[in-house]
Order: sequence, then C-alpha cells, then structure tokens
Amino acid sequence: MSESKTASPVPERRSGALLQWLERRKAWLFAAIVLIILPHVPGLDGNFGRSLLSQMGIAAVFALSYNLLLGQTGLLSFGHAVYFGLGGYAGIHLMRAINAGLPIPMPLVPLAGAATGLAFGMLFGALTTRRAGVVFALISLGVGELVFAAMRILQGFSGGEEGITANRGMGPHPFGLTFGPQLQVYYVIVFWSAMAAALMAAFLRTPAGRMCNAVRDNPERAAFIGYDPVRIRFVVFCVAAMFAGLAGGLHALNYEIVAAEAVGAGRSGTVLLMAYIGGVHSFFGAVLGAVTITWLQVSLSDYTTAWQLYLGLFFIAVVLFAPGGLSGLLLMHRPILGTRAFLHVVKSYAIAALPALAAAAGAIMLLEINYRRATQPDTGARMRLFWMDVDTSSVWPWLSAIALLAGGAFLFNRCRRLVANAWQQASDEARTVGGMQREPRP
Amino acid sequence: MLEIITFSLLNGVVYGLLLFMVSSGLTLIFSLMGVLNFAHASMFMLGAYFSYQIGTWIGFWPALVIAPLLVGAIGAAVERYGLRHVHKQGHVAEILFTFGLAYLVAESVIMIWGRNPIENRVPAVIDFPAFLLFGTSYPAYKVLMMAISVGMFAFLYLAFRRTRLGLIIRAALTHPEMVGALGHDVPRIFVLVFAIGSALAGLAGVIGGFALLTEPSMAAALGPIVFVVVVVGGLGSITGAFIASMLIGIIQTFAVSLDYSLLDLLRVFHVVVSSDSAFHEVAAVKIAQAAPLIPYLLLVVILIFRPRGLLGRRDA
Repeated sequence: MSESKTASPVPERRSGALLQWLERRKAWLFAAIVLIILPHVPGLDGNFGRSLLSQMGIAAVFALSYNLLLGQTGLLSFGHAVYFGLGGYAGIHLMRAINAGLPIPMPLVPLAGAATGLAFGMLFGALTTRRAGVVFALISLGVGELVFAAMRILQGFSGGEEGITANRGMGPHPFGLTFGPQLQVYYVIVFWSAMAAALMAAFLRTPAGRMCNAVRDNPERAAFIGYDPVRIRFVVFCVAAMFAGLAGGLHALNYEIVAAEAVGAGRSGTVLLMAYIGGVHSFFGAVLGAVTITWLQVSLSDYTTAWQLYLGLFFIAVVLFAPGGLSGLLLMHRPILGTRAFLHVVKSYAIAALPALAAAAGAIMLLEINYRRATQPDTGARMRLFWMDVDTSSVWPWLSAIALLAGGAFLFNRCRRLVANAWQQASDEARTVGGMQREPRP
Repeated sequence: MLEIITFSLLNGVVYGLLLFMVSSGLTLIFSLMGVLNFAHASMFMLGAYFSYQIGTWIGFWPALVIAPLLVGAIGAAVERYGLRHVHKQGHVAEILFTFGLAYLVAESVIMIWGRNPIENRVPAVIDFPAFLLFGTSYPAYKVLMMAISVGMFAFLYLAFRRTRLGLIIRAALTHPEMVGALGHDVPRIFVLVFAIGSALAGLAGVIGGFALLTEPSMAAALGPIVFVVVVVGGLGSITGAFIASMLIGIIQTFAVSLDYSLLDLLRVFHVVVSSDSAFHEVAAVKIAQAAPLIPYLLLVVILIFRPRGLLGRRDA
C-alpha cells in the first residue's frame, strides 16, 4: 500500500518516465511488497508474529530518526525517548478523546504524536543544539531525566509507572475497519513507517539534509560557506524529534498504553543501541539494528533473564571491533562479492564459526549459572541449560564451561589467520579483475 | 525553623561533598583526556558493593582503604585495556564504550549480589550520636563522611600542588605534547589519572553506600546528577564542580523539607486555581515532591543564561 502512496505525486506524462521512476526506486518497491506479504508468511501469520512485526516497524522509525541525529549530524543524544514518549502520550490522549466521541479515525493518531514530537523538539532543541559534541550529549541526558521526573510527578497526565490506557477499537470505523485485529494495526504501522522512511530519505537529499553531513564532518567549514551549524543542528533535531514522536504515536496505537518509562533513559539507551549496532553510517543500518534488537529483546527474554547482559556485551563488541555496525560488516563484503575467492572467505567463516560457537557456549554457561545463583538462589542447584539438566553444585558444569570457553577462544584465534588469508586472496582478485579502487578492510 | 535550616544545611553539605567526590574525578578525567566517562557512577556503585563485601569479611576500617584501591585498579584496567583501543575511533566511540561498560557493570553487580538492595547498614563502629543539636543527635557517620571527604581533598590538593608527580599531571592537563616531549610517559599518566578518579568515586561509594540505598540501579540514579554538576559547574573546571555540587546538594536537601506548592504561593496573592483546570495539577505539586526535578531545572536555567556553565571556558 505504500508504493501507491509514494507513486501518486509523480506526474505520469509518459509511461517511459514512469518506468524509469520505478526502476530507480526498485529497492523501495521491493521493500513495500515484502512488508505487505510478511504478516501472511507462515510462522509470522499468528498474533505473536504480527505483533513482533509491528514492534519492529515502530522501532525502525524510531531508530531511523535517531540515525538522523547520530549518523548524519554527529549528535550523540541520550534523551531521544523524550520525543518518542511525549508523542506517545499525545497519541494516547487523542485516542481517549476519540473513545469519548471525537470523530477522527484511529490511523491518524500517529500524526498527533508527530506534531507533539516536533513541538517539543523545537522547545528543547532551541536549548540543546547550541552546543555539539560532549556537551550536547550531557544536556540531552539532563533533559531526558527532567522530562522523566516530570512525568512521574504529573500522575494525572501520565499515569506514572502504571501508565494510561485507551481502546483503539472504539471510534469511527471507516470502510468497516475496526483496527481491533493486529493485522489491521500492522498495516497502519507499515504505512506510516514506510512514509516516515521515505520522508527521512527525502530530507537527507534536500540542501539542509546534505548540510547535516557537512556540519558533522567540519562545522567550521560549513559555517564559512554560509550555513550556521547551530541552525542546521536545530533543524535536524526538530525533524528527528518529529519522527520520534510519530513512532511514539504508533506505539500508543499498537499497545493502547503509554507509561512513564516511554520517556525514560532505558528507552533512550535502547534506541542508541539499535542505531549503533545496526550501523550509523548507512540509512539501512538503523532499520537493520531496530529489527535485530527487537527480535533479540523478544526472543532472548523468553530464554534468559540475563538478556540485557548479552545485549551490553554485544554492544561493546560492536564498539570495539565493528565501528561500522552490522550494516558496515555486510557492506564490507561488497567489493569481493563476485570473486571466485569469495567462496574461500565463506568457507573460512564457517570454519572459524565452530570454535567461536564453542567459546560462546562456554561463556553463556558460566554467565547463566552465575546469574541463576545470584538472582534466584531459592530455586536450588538444578537448572536446565542447553536442553540439559545441570547440577550447579557439582564442579563439572563449571569445568566444562571453562574448557569450552578456553579451548574455543584458543582455536578461534588460530582460525583468524585462515580468515585473513582468504580475505587477502579475495581482495587481491577483486582488485586485479574489477580494477577496484577501494582497499577493503581486513 | 532554625533547627530545620541547620540540619538541612549540614545534610546538604554532606551530600554536596559526596557529589563533589564523584564529580571531581569525572572532571579530572575529562580535562586530561577529553573522555566523558559514563561508567564513572558505576565506579561509585562498585565502591559501595566492595566495601559492603570486604566489610562483612574483615571489618569496616580495612574496607575503607581496600575498596577504593580495588576500584582504582579496575579504573586503571578499563583505561589500559579498553579505552586506549577505542581512542583512535574518536570521542563518540569512547563515550559509547563507557556507556556500554556502565551497562555491563550494572549487570555484573546483579550477577554477583542479586537484583535486590543489599543490607548495607551503617557499620556499628561509627553508628553512634556525635553531638546534640537543638535536642536532636547528629549521627557520627555523617561527621565521618564529611571528615573523610574534606581530608581526601586536602590530601589531593597538597599532592597536586606540592609533589613532582602532581606537577607533571598538572602540566599534562594543558600541554600533553610538551610533557611527552620532555620524556614523561603521558599514556601512563592517563592510566594514573583514571585510577585516581575511579578511586575517588569508589571512596565516595564506600561512605555514600550506607547513606543511600546500595542497589544495582544506584549508578543509573546518581550518574545523571553528577553530569548535571559537571555541566552546571562548567566542563573541566574543578572549582566549578565544587560550587555546583554544593549548590545542588544544599538546594535538593532543603527542597525535601519544604511542604509547599505553587498553589500555596498563589493563595498568598489571593489567586485561586479551580481544581478542574489543567494548570491545577502542575500547581499542586509540592516542592518536596519536585525535589528530584531540581538538578535538571537548574541545568536548564544555566543553559539559558550561561551556556558554558558557572566557571566554564568558552570553548569547552
């Protein structure tokens, strides 16, 4: 449904022009079709799958808006959830008004979130974007704490920790759509997410959007060619806040509840993790990060209570070893994709993966046993781990975990040379065959 | 009234000194390396947990010395084996590394001591009334907190001003290249300063742990306030951090004892806000309720009127 919307504003003078336009937007069209089909794919066609997809869509908009700040403009914010949460509150209050009889269809609720996000973005942005870098990061943190504390105090407006609720099914039903079933909500979310993604991509192609990168890379030079960095930062901050508010509105529509944690530091941290783990240097990275982290949150929290620890470890590993994030890791392979030696690279990955998995299994065993003993001491010494019954009071689980970890790490270290050799071969080939200019990183 | 003012002032000074102990380390690290250490409040938390653990094993007095040293060692390791490798990727990567580290420390604390607050009581050796004031006794451990923080600062001040090592560190703050050119190992100074800053936070954790609640979220609760102190005081200014710590410590302590709201003020001027207006909810908030907001409001006010902080230089 999103391609018909994005296609309509184009003048259809000749069919050739239309075809050309479609050709240029192949990736978007493909994404739109996938998004429409996804909730009917077996495995995702249940309520759980559709709800997971809806969460991913919301997270993707939120992470993309964060990418405008961190990735495009170099503004590290620790309080981006403020605009998400306030947008969510605007959405939930509008939904309550609709429940009380206001004749507005439910799918328009996210727009109220966007407007609120924009309004607060302008208010706080005027205050915070005067400084960049470390000071901006600190101030965004302070504003985040301010709004969070205010939301906890103003119980009547925010409902505090319990939150306030509304019913998305009660209101006008255009075309017989009640918006009760998750599938209908999913399509509403997909529509707004696709719109938001397209608009953000379009924004980055405007002069103001291009100047974001200039302000990120060299604010002084940007000022010399006549663009005030403070002003550019302010504009992009407002745009990012608006889309964060839209995501908040979608959140209100999806969950029918908004609580104080929606503006809290935890959510601000999560969106930072999403955008960074996905990779801040590409637009697509934020979506990848949002989808990955949402999936991890939902699936890992079923298996282990320590999932935040794994998320933290994962994040530190990305900061230390893959500053380009997941998308950076993927894009790294583009130059060697067509080479014959690419097969060797894949093979070396497969070989290196075995000891890596063993080491990870050992580490997970150690962490899980420790975590269980510390947080649930009353459940006794027996626990299930990797589909096995383990007695944590005996020495064997500990010894085998340490052996797995040490042995896996040792062998993995040996495998690194294998991977490096395969890479060298592949990049040599790519350079001689394709006349590659860029030196791929090993 | 005088009684409330005196006690609030005393408690405010104790809290302010505690804040300064944490924020001075953060400022020191920032001005030397330009690194904003998000895991700094985690060092505070580690100090509290370590002192509790060591205290149950061998008593409070050894813990008072060993716990900060341990935390300092951890800080040194973080700089040497973590931050130094991220350094080449720029400041954002450094901040993110310490941000992730704060996450990990909180989770590790949960893994070792559990999710619930631990019973970190005031040790019996210092739990007695120190003196009587207006018929109310003032606890000795608060006096000790004050004495330890003041003593620590006196020691550090003298060490910085009067020793050769202090001279080198002060020189490295402003002219790292020149200090390096003169043959001093600047990276080692970095490790040392990181260790000192962390140990200071750890010491604050030892004496603050039993005054506040020792729980896995205490770092997340204190961290933002310390950052506010640093921004309000002016990034990189130790004196500014001291003024801001005292200001926030005292204002926040006073606010807790003030049971008035905007409604009460308006009533003095014979303005009545009807209870069904939207403004009523905001106006009815008592100052005591709004106490957690105050540091952040102060931050906003400072940003509007003096963006570089109280004693900050223009180009921080």
